[in-house]
Amino acid sequence: MKKKVFKIILLAAIVIATLGLLQALLVPKYIEENEEGVLAGEYYANAGSNDVLFVGDCEVYSNFSPITLWQEYGITSIIRGTPSQTIWQSYYMIEDTLRYETPKVVVYNVFSMQYDKPQSEAYNRLALDGMKWSKVKYNAIKASMTDEETVTSYVFPLLRFHSRWSELRGEDFKYMFRSLQLSHNGYVMRVDTKPVTELPQPVPRADYSFSETDWYWLNKMKDLCTAKGIKLVLIKSGSCYPHWFDEWDKQIVDYAEKNKLTYINFLQHQSETGIDYTKDTFDAGLHLNLSGAEKSSRWFGTFLKDMPGVTDRRDDKGLTNLWNAKIDFYEAMKASQYKQLEETGKVTSYR
Amino acid sequence: MSFVSFTFLAFLAAVFLLYYLIPKRFQWMLLLAASLVFYAFAGPTYLIYMAVTILSTWGAAYAMDRVWTRQDEYLKDNKELSREDKKAYKAAQKKKARLFLALCLILNLGILAVIKYTGFVLQNINNIFGTQIRILRFALPLGISFYMFQSLGYVIDVYRRKYPAEKNLAKCALFTSFFPQLIQGPISRFDYLSRTLYGQHDFDGRQFAFGFWRVLWGFFKKLVIADRLAPVVVTLTGKAENYPGVFVLGTILFYGLQIYGDFTGGIDITIGVAQMLGIKVTENFDRPFFSKNIAEYWRRWHITMGTWFKDYIFYPLSVSQGMIKLSKWSREKLGPQIGKRLPVYISTILVWLATGIWHGAAWHFIVWGLLNCVVILISQELAPLYRRFHERFAFSNTRAWDVFQVFRTFWLMGMIRVLDVYKDVPTTFKMLGTIFTTPNWGKLFDGSFLKLGISGADYLVVLFGTLVMFFVSLAKGKGDVREMLAEKPAVPRYICIWLLLAAVLVFGAYGIGYDAAQFIYNQF
Repeated sequence: MKKKVFKIILLAAIVIATLGLLQALLVPKYIEENEEGVLAGEYYANAGSNDVLFVGDCEVYSNFSPITLWQEYGITSIIRGTPSQTIWQSYYMIEDTLRYETPKVVVYNVFSMQYDKPQSEAYNRLALDGMKWSKVKYNAIKASMTDEETVTSYVFPLLRFHSRWSELRGEDFKYMFRSLQLSHNGYVMRVDTKPVTELPQPVPRADYSFSETDWYWLNKMKDLCTAKGIKLVLIKSGSCYPHWFDEWDKQIVDYAEKNKLTYINFLQHQSETGIDYTKDTFDAGLHLNLSGAEKSSRWFGTFLKDMPGVTDRRDDKGLTNLWNAKIDFYEAMKASQYKQLEETGKVTSYR
Repeated sequence: MSFVSFTFLAFLAAVFLLYYLIPKRFQWMLLLAASLVFYAFAGPTYLIYMAVTILSTWGAAYAMDRVWTRQDEYLKDNKELSREDKKAYKAAQKKKARLFLALCLILNLGILAVIKYTGFVLQNINNIFGTQIRILRFALPLGISFYMFQSLGYVIDVYRRKYPAEKNLAKCALFTSFFPQLIQGPISRFDYLSRTLYGQHDFDGRQFAFGFWRVLWGFFKKLVIADRLAPVVVTLTGKAENYPGVFVLGTILFYGLQIYGDFTGGIDITIGVAQMLGIKVTENFDRPFFSKNIAEYWRRWHITMGTWFKDYIFYPLSVSQGMIKLSKWSREKLGPQIGKRLPVYISTILVWLATGIWHGAAWHFIVWGLLNCVVILISQELAPLYRRFHERFAFSNTRAWDVFQVFRTFWLMGMIRVLDVYKDVPTTFKMLGTIFTTPNWGKLFDGSFLKLGISGADYLVVLFGTLVMFFVSLAKGKGDVREMLAEKPAVPRYICIWLLLAAVLVFGAYGIGYDAAQFIYNQF
């Protein structure tokens, strides 16, 4: 009997292990395409000592540089942004972060308040697949799923990505068990420039009111931060396109006033930040480039450094060593991207 | 709850676990509960239709059984009765039993006729008479044609005194609703299924493993072959006029493979799941694509439906008073040759008409049924000619000739089968005609087939899957493939199973990006 049980366990272990290998091979590696897919997972290697947490969509991971905040003010910060991150995903990013550390300030970019439904399965995957398994991840999945998705396919990504067998490339084998770091504490660097020449006319909406769903999650986020003694700061990041309507802005202003929260609309502080949209964006206004992100961060740092609990931590030797390594990686990527720009006229790879 | 869903797999896991944990005497009750839950997933209101079938068949069988029991007791107690009196008494009892049978048949077939065929009939009345009667369409309860025919077979068997009625209403309900075979059959017989359905089953590792392998094999056929080909068939038949000639040959081939993978795959899952529960379900296929003629094909494809129509329609019709009279009349008036054939032919035509109608309320199903019938009857008539041909030409008794016959039957049956997928009967015949008028052979080589909804890699998967299916079918001719596999040493055996599992998981057409096709036979 014992032998039989051992045989069954061994067999099950072999099947699970081999299917695990198959899964590791077939899941996307986000090395040459959709690189932002690694962002959610990169957090865990950088968790533990961050005073400021940024959550939101691409407007946070493109427009702020934690390295600048460290270099200029000794502020430890991390960005947990993912493409088209919805407000409920931002909420769960905060909850997940609280499992590893308790930041003093959470910065939420309100641009995603306009979405009250899951945007697409692809965006969900980019935000959720990288999260470590916990009840928080499960809840995030449940809140985010489109009609066609199933929780099972998140538990066993093989069931979702099995059809990639026909598009496997060298990187799928090479990066089966490791990944290439993309971000700098969540910041995704781009050094190239594509100036804003003409902004598309915004399409008027029939109704500018944010939905009940969004307010529900914003209240939940506020309550969570209050319960944990965290200051919640609302921002509208400095991307000038897609359009941020005045009607939306007013609702956030009112909400912040009512709940005694700070709200900063970077679009209204262009002179203070020094953002020049002919030089500081890499895609004609959608996202800031390195120069823009550093300007933004430098200005925002003057505000953050005065927040309760946020201190200059450059005296901490351990932290300094850690951030020096991050700075080295930052500078190396910067150099690499400038080299690409010089040689080919464009940035073809982040790394 | 589709067989190819995570919900079904979770449901199965729960059923298996409970089934082997609870006291064995409750196992059949668990199956009944599981079956009702399974059916409720399709729509709770459908349970009402099923309840009507269960109650009416149980009631009718129970009443007939009482008639027969009383008859036996009466005859036992009254042995002194004359032969004539006994005969008269029996006739009176039979009349009573027939009344119960008739009521049950009328009620059930009436429901089936109303919900399945009202729209079709009204549509045709409007078309023929130019009327504007509002077309009523009813939602068709899942698997109604399957469970109803299975239950009616049981009632007829009780009427024929083949076996006594099942007195327990809950057991009767389980026979009708047994979840693995609800979606697409097979149409089981009570005497066979009940032997294991109500039994008490210990966990048997070997049977469980065999059942699991069969389920896996079913998923392979359904997900790797059938569902991968589904988009091609939809493209080829959606705008049929854009795909003449060689594309029609493609439709015949691909739809043949699709329906084979889909239907036999589904039945493999059914039989495998039942086996994992220790229950034996009748086989429904016997390597049909190896048939050498259409009649043989129909003895090997959807066997339980064929035997149902044979046992409950063809034979009773052939020996009915009306047919006997017709036979007598035709022998006198039309001669012995025609006289002998006429009743058989009429019965055959009626059976095929019923088979077509059973498949669905549409003209293409009726034409499909009648075409099968015509081919079978012609083959029957030409049988002497074939015999002479075989006697005369030695090559017709070779292996190569057998292969030719198999090939011919596949394509002939395929040409009839595509009536299912083209939008109507005229389109089907028009498209079949283009094989000869505008074959466009060049389209085979200019990449046109790669623009039908699947890629070259997908075709390779289909080819690989079909080859595996072919060789497994060949091996099946020598016995149960699972038995052969079980005799192999552990390592190659488990590698085979793992490869099958991995092939289903990796090459299966399921999940996002694939519109997982419903089982085709669900609709019937």
